[in-house]
Amino acid sequence: MTEKNYIPGEHPDLPPPSNMIGPVAWIRDNLLSSPANIIMTILSVWFLYIVIPPTLNWFFLDAAFTGEDRNACRAVADGACWAFIGERFKLFTYGFYPEEHRWRVNLSFILLIVALIPVLFDKAPFRSLGLKFSIAFPFIAGWLLVGGLGLEPVPTSQFGGFMLTLVIGITGIAFSLPIGILLALGRQSNLPIIKVFCVSFIEFIRGVPLITLLFVASTMLSYFLPPGTNFDLLLRVLIMVVLFSSGYMAEVIRGGLQAIPKGQIEAADSMGLKYWQSMRLIVLPQALKISIPGIVNTFIGLYKDTTLVIIIGLLDPLGIGRASLSDTKWTGLSTEVYIFVAIFFFVSCFGMSRYSLYLENKLETGHKR
Amino acid sequence: MRVTKSAAVAAALSLTAFTAQAATLEDVQARGELNCVVTTGVAGFAAPDENGRWEGFDVDFCRAVAAAVLGDGEKVKFIPTTGKTRFTVLNSGEGDILFRNTTETMSRDADLKLSFLPVNYYDGQGFMIRKELGVTSAKDLDGASVCIQTGTTTELNLADFFRINNISYEPVAIETNEEGITNYSGNRCDVYTTDASGLASTRAALDDPSAHIILPEIISKEPLGGAVRHGDDQWFDIGKWVVNALINAEELGITQANVEELASAAGDNPSINRMLGTESDMGAMVGLDAQWAVRAIKAVGNYGESFDRHIGPNTQIGLERGLNALWKDGGILYAAPIR
Repeated sequence: MTEKNYIPGEHPDLPPPSNMIGPVAWIRDNLLSSPANIIMTILSVWFLYIVIPPTLNWFFLDAAFTGEDRNACRAVADGACWAFIGERFKLFTYGFYPEEHRWRVNLSFILLIVALIPVLFDKAPFRSLGLKFSIAFPFIAGWLLVGGLGLEPVPTSQFGGFMLTLVIGITGIAFSLPIGILLALGRQSNLPIIKVFCVSFIEFIRGVPLITLLFVASTMLSYFLPPGTNFDLLLRVLIMVVLFSSGYMAEVIRGGLQAIPKGQIEAADSMGLKYWQSMRLIVLPQALKISIPGIVNTFIGLYKDTTLVIIIGLLDPLGIGRASLSDTKWTGLSTEVYIFVAIFFFVSCFGMSRYSLYLENKLETGHKR
Repeated sequence: MRVTKSAAVAAALSLTAFTAQAATLEDVQARGELNCVVTTGVAGFAAPDENGRWEGFDVDFCRAVAAAVLGDGEKVKFIPTTGKTRFTVLNSGEGDILFRNTTETMSRDADLKLSFLPVNYYDGQGFMIRKELGVTSAKDLDGASVCIQTGTTTELNLADFFRINNISYEPVAIETNEEGITNYSGNRCDVYTTDASGLASTRAALDDPSAHIILPEIISKEPLGGAVRHGDDQWFDIGKWVVNALINAEELGITQANVEELASAAGDNPSINRMLGTESDMGAMVGLDAQWAVRAIKAVGNYGESFDRHIGPNTQIGLERGLNALWKDGGILYAAPIR
């Protein structure tokens, strides 16, 4: 083989050798680079072969999508019986909300999306107008769902399913962040009364399980309130959920606040900024940015904790699913129900988690270590 | 000082609790809705259907009480509860009346301060096991893992049974019947134990019912019935006589279909006349009008009709009347007369 000589500086950019690129090389590098790796690869392929075809089969190929009852499902397919979920889908979505008023739930959901866009994306058109709507949204949605003032009232005991999860989750998220910020600032305050109040509140909330608070809210409260008072159960739950998550939120944000060097606050002071100005303009934007992962973590935890409301007799999707399993037409389909509910929670929580990553990247200012 | 203070608080609390419980009938009528404590879902007894309407044998009793008290069997708010939360919900005043396949026991009556309405279903605890294990008697269950609902009488009966027979078991604690089915069919326990009525419906729902057997032993008495709080005798009487009215209605041949006709004018049978308010006003004795029983029967039918509709031999659950047949048909259902 003759060697090719090139004039210095004129060596053309040759493609890499063919055995170093392409799928073959990728497989060799990543899957078959050592004997141990080869064994692992073979085991993994075997594992996937064992798992994937039956799963797909059960989910789709051998599944029944229509049918009157479980026996009809069994007659046509051995796999999943999605007809059950199909028949119960409305119950899963709206709970016991009266049929003729369900448009109010739908409208609230559409308005929710409209209200979320300006909050989530700073490039959304008409953002300042949209933000005003977002602030008003919880009250508009509350009015739509509960009724009154011209709409026929719907008792909150008829809330259920996904709608109940969203109501509790979104109320908790929307109110716990501002309250959490105030508590976190209060905990660092120089005013002893505020500080003692915030510290004891946070420590109390963190020392008690949510399920206890819910139980107290639902049953014990009746012993203390004057007889005849009818304090709406869902409202009690919402208050407890908001208080609970704001306690956690406060601690997450405190972590962010403590990461801000004292020099920043002193610099703000030296520029003559008042306490609230320095917090709003200098400290909080940085502290909140640092706290994003923790904040979203708390949101996700709160969202999933909404399933605990079954203990006080409200049926969230999980509760609806369990109750549905007692229908004699369909009993024994627990796998389908749990998978369906799991998909709903996974989609919601994964969405939140991806948004938080997007936000972290957008706010990245090069301080990352 | 401290002692007197806490005593005062306790006194105030019990006073509040007492006044909150005193006039349940007026509370319910003012509210226009009966708060009925039910289960989170037991097939045939209480469960929401696909339109979110609660259906079942226990649910029918809630509706009958609502019809008698409020004039409309649909004016019920169902409060689903687990085995552990049911009595707290009732005692706190969140619920007015409980129909949640609940066994009447002395401790629940005296210690938890409940008043039990007449028994609406006589049950007993049984065992279900996979056929392939070759067990034919509950006494052969030594070392078996048993799925058992916490906070129920079945849990206590189970411990008693195994202690008496000097054999050991491994409890797998579950919260609801549905969870029990999931655990049992997922092989996480060898044996599922609950009331025989529940076992029958559970077995019917399994993938291959013939692969499971229900052991012959019934290890306990489980008189299931509704309950109210202590302290309001009028309300207790209403619940008690609505249940009795439904049972008596079956005995007297009053059905959902013929009740209005029978109630339109006094007939030959004084028992029917008294119950349906054509001869004397029995309802006034419990603070209701003369038509109370007519409305209750109109709403859900008599005991037998409700039984057949939800748990009888023609349903998926397929329970025979057995002990729950009327006394004159060989059962032990024997309701006090309305007179």
